Amino acid sequence: MELLAQASLAAINDAGLTIPDIDAVFSMLPDDPWCAMSVPEYLGIRPKLIESTRTGGSSFQIHALWAALALDAGLCDAVLVCYGSNQRSSSGGFATSGGTEFGYESVYKPRNPPTSYALAAARHMHEFGTTREQLAEVAVAARRWAQLNPDAFARDDLTIRDCLEARMVSDPLTVRDCCLVTDGAAALVMTRADRARDIRHPPVYLLSAASAVWHRNISAAPDLTITAVAECAPRAFAQAGVKASDVDVVEIYDAFTINTILFLEDFGFCPKGEGGRFVAGGAIAPGGRLAVNTNGGGLSCVHPGMYGLFAMVEAVTQLRGQAGRRQVAGANIALAHGNGGLLSCQAVTIFGTADAV
Amino acid sequence: MSTTTTFGPDREYQAFLAQKRFMIQRARATGAHFYYPRIAEPRSGALEWEWVEASGLGTVYSTTVVRSKSGNHNVALIDLAEGPRMMSRVVGLSPESVVIGMQVRARIDVLAVLFERVTVEAP
Repeated sequence: MELLAQASLAAINDAGLTIPDIDAVFSMLPDDPWCAMSVPEYLGIRPKLIESTRTGGSSFQIHALWAALALDAGLCDAVLVCYGSNQRSSSGGFATSGGTEFGYESVYKPRNPPTSYALAAARHMHEFGTTREQLAEVAVAARRWAQLNPDAFARDDLTIRDCLEARMVSDPLTVRDCCLVTDGAAALVMTRADRARDIRHPPVYLLSAASAVWHRNISAAPDLTITAVAECAPRAFAQAGVKASDVDVVEIYDAFTINTILFLEDFGFCPKGEGGRFVAGGAIAPGGRLAVNTNGGGLSCVHPGMYGLFAMVEAVTQLRGQAGRRQVAGANIALAHGNGGLLSCQAVTIFGTADAV
Repeated sequence: MSTTTTFGPDREYQAFLAQKRFMIQRARATGAHFYYPRIAEPRSGALEWEWVEASGLGTVYSTTVVRSKSGNHNVALIDLAEGPRMMSRVVGLSPESVVIGMQVRARIDVLAVLFERVTVEAP
């Protein structure tokens, strides 16, 4: 909560607003199912509107979707979207975020979340010839972006060989294929475009948002090589009036290296099955063909249980031209994706500068 | 099970398992099987279904080795011959030796369905 409050105050201040200006709070805390009430109380806000859709790391893209509709409908004027977790300092392990255990899987003792993603990786390797080296390319590219980001958590050198020789967690995923376990908090303020013109920084516009859920548990996933991004991404692109090839900056929810490969395919940045070959040779690292996870992602920058809001913050930072050494030159359109559960809930937001509107 | 129900398909499934029977549900209208146990067929919502004995035959859809200090074990997704997919473990061989496409057969262990490799006898 303290981390969430720090991020929230920074975001409100950055927008040139004060706490009483905020009239809607869309919040998520991993271990507080009542955060819709506890966050406003802590910050001293009396919101007209609250929202706490709880779909793990994809919660925030969905919050942004409802925030945009609520703002457009005039239900509120300034929405705070916020998240915080001290998962690293409190437990040092993967936060489970509660929920009921699914007995038809838990009896077999999967080590989730890694095991579910490992099953997806193994199937992708089987069907498309994806290799562990290609998975490692994703981790190494994330690390190279992180080395340009002074706020990133993991910035030491990382090689393909380091990844291949790392401790196996759930085959074929090693500890280097898995996201960090860090503390962290993030927050955004959303308002209507007419109002945003008066605030401190040139605004970034939310062009579209879409989500889809196909399952909760990995054994219920219809096809482990296709995610619900394949369904919601076309809706998001259509609503924004852009194509994948128009996107300058891609922020993908990389809880595991296989995620980046699966989602690049499902967004249409490459054909299905080609993700491993697409990322090879540093193609998504700095200087590569596509700028992916420019903050270092969940693999090397930050992953405090739910990462989706950090992807959105990085997209906005890039479009504001404030990303320092990792700035993608001339970025006008950025995509920020959230993944929740076990490849379960997929959500995407597309942002643009004034030039893109 | 983590959720204890006093009646309903979840409970009935567990009771069958206790009798060493691996039962799955079949919709009467279409003959399609579904798993895990639910009060109605997913999507159609059909309440007209019956328990049928699973053949126990399946194919490994995906597989992993869960590594831990206390030892490694297999976790696999099995496509049952009847259609549904389930999580399970393939046992009786090293966890690393389980491969996608392997033909397996169910055996019931303490309140869980496990699978073993089907070995084809030489003619």
